[in-house]
Amino acid sequence: MGPRDDDEEPSMKYLLLIYMDEAQARAAAAAKPDENKMMPAYTAYTEALKQAGVLLGGERLQFSSNATTVRVANGKNQVLNGPYAETKEQLGGFYMIDVPDLDSALAWAARCPGASHGIMEVRPVWPMVP
Amino acid sequence: MTSDLPGPDGARAATEVVARASYGKLVAYLSARTRNVAAAEDALAEAFAAALTDWPRKGIPGKPEAWLLAVARRKEIDAGRRRHTGDAATAELRQIADELAAAAAAPADIPDERLALMFACAHPAIDPAIRAPLILQTILGFDAATIASAFLVAPTTMGQRLVRAKQKISTAGIPFRLPERTDMTERLEAVLDAVYAIYTEGWTDPAGTEARRRDLAEEGIWLGRLMAALLPNEPEALGLLALMLYAEARRGARRNERGEYVPLAEQDTAKWNPGLIAEAEAVLHRSGALGQPGRYQIEAAIQSAHVVRRRAGRSDWAAIERLYDLLWALTRSPVVAINRAVAIAETRGPSAGLLALDSLAADTRLKEYQPYWAARAELLNRSGASDDADRAYEIAIGLEQDPVVRDFLQRRRASARVT
Repeated sequence: MGPRDDDEEPSMKYLLLIYMDEAQARAAAAAKPDENKMMPAYTAYTEALKQAGVLLGGERLQFSSNATTVRVANGKNQVLNGPYAETKEQLGGFYMIDVPDLDSALAWAARCPGASHGIMEVRPVWPMVP
Repeated sequence: MTSDLPGPDGARAATEVVARASYGKLVAYLSARTRNVAAAEDALAEAFAAALTDWPRKGIPGKPEAWLLAVARRKEIDAGRRRHTGDAATAELRQIADELAAAAAAPADIPDERLALMFACAHPAIDPAIRAPLILQTILGFDAATIASAFLVAPTTMGQRLVRAKQKISTAGIPFRLPERTDMTERLEAVLDAVYAIYTEGWTDPAGTEARRRDLAEEGIWLGRLMAALLPNEPEALGLLALMLYAEARRGARRNERGEYVPLAEQDTAKWNPGLIAEAEAVLHRSGALGQPGRYQIEAAIQSAHVVRRRAGRSDWAAIERLYDLLWALTRSPVVAINRAVAIAETRGPSAGLLALDSLAADTRLKEYQPYWAARAELLNRSGASDDADRAYEIAIGLEQDPVVRDFLQRRRASARVT
C-alpha cells in the first residue's frame, strides 16, 4: 500500500450558533463599557479564528424582542412580532467556520465565550453542488 | 496461490476466516478518507461475494486482504459512476483509480485504521446507545437483525438507527483518527464502554443457551484484545481486557450440574479457567505498572481479589472493600454502592452492611433493581430479621427476568424461612 494522499486536508463548513440567556445578556449590555468583559473576549476569539484562517463570517444579533417572523399561508402574509420560539435561551450570534472535521469545529465552539455563558450548537453546512 | 484448489466449502471456510480477521480492517481503511462507512460496507459485501465465486475456481489468492481491497475499490468506482455523472466525478474517480493501482502494486500491509473507526463509532456526537451496535456492525460485520436480537430491539428499528448513525459520521464530519491527548481519556472511555456493553450482552445469558449471546461475549473479548494490542500503553484498555478475561474464566462455574445458578461466592473454584485467570492477572499487572488507576482496572482488581479464594479459600474482602471505596469515589454508581455494602458485611458483619445499604434507600432507581433487594434480603437474613428478609426476597424475585436466577432466589427464600 502506497502512502495515503493526505496533503489535501478535507474541508467542511460549520455554523456555530450561540444561544444565550437574554436576561443575562441584557444585563451585560447595560453595564459600563469598562465593566463589560464579554466584548473583549469575543474580539479576541474572532481574532483567533482569523489568525487560524478558518473564519468565513460571523455576526452578533440584536435581542429577540427585535425579531419578526414571516410566513405565507394560503397566499396571505402572516407577520408576527417576536422570535420563532419564545424560549429562555435565544440565538444571540453566529460564526461560520471552515475546518477539517467535527472535532476541530467542536474545539473552536468550546473556545467561544458563548460556550461559557450560554450553549453552542454546531451544525454542518449542507454542501451545494454548483 | 495455494497449491491445492479448494472446493466450494473450502473457499467458503477460507473467506470466513479472512472475513473474521480482515472485515473491520478493510471497512476502516476504505472509509477512513471518505468517512462514508455505508459505501465501504456495500463495496466490501460485493467483494466478499466475488471471492465466494472466484476463489473455488482459481484458488485462494496469496494476499486475500489485498485482493478483497482491490475488488472493493473497483466496486466503489462503479458505484461512484452510477452516483455522479459528468466531469465533477472525474477527479474523484482518478484518485480512486490511482489508489487501486497502488493497492495492486504494493505488497506492504494494509494500514490498520480500525482504532480510528472505533473512535468514530463511539464519538460523543453519536448516541451512546448505538455505539456498541455500530462497532459490532462496522468492525465485526454483524448484520442488523443479529445485533437487534442481542440488544432486544426490533430489527427494523436497529437497522434505521445504524443507518442514521453512519449518516451522521459522514454528514457531521466525524473524524477517523485518534483523539487529541487532552480528549483521550474521555473518548477512550466511550470506546471501552461500548466494547464492555458488547461483552455484557453476551454475559447476561447465564444459561449459555443462546449461542448468539455467547458469541457476543467472545466478540467483546476479541475487541478487548484488539484495543489492548493497538493501545498497549493505555492502562484502562488493559484493565477492561483483564476484567472481561476474569469474568470469562468464571463462565463455566455459574451453573451447577443441575443447571442451577451459582453466585460468585459459592462457585466451585475448580471450575474456573486457570489459563484465562493467568492471562487476566498478567494483563492487570501490566496496566498497574503504567500507574494510572481507572474504573476498569479497579473492577478487574476486585475480580483478582475474588480469585484469591482459589488458593486462600476465602476472597480478600478487605481489599475488595477498599477497591469498592475507590470505585464509588470515581463513579458514584448505586450498583457499586450495593457491592460495597456486601463487602462491608463480610469485613464488619451484616449489620454494618445493612447500614451501608440503608444509606442508599433514598435512591429511587434502586426500588426496581433486583440486586439491591437480593443483597438486602441476604443481609437481613444473616442478621436474623427473617420476616424483613422474606419480604425483600419476594421483591427481588418479582423483579428478576431470568428464570434461572429467579429459581435461585426462591430457593434462598425457602431456606431462609426454615432457619
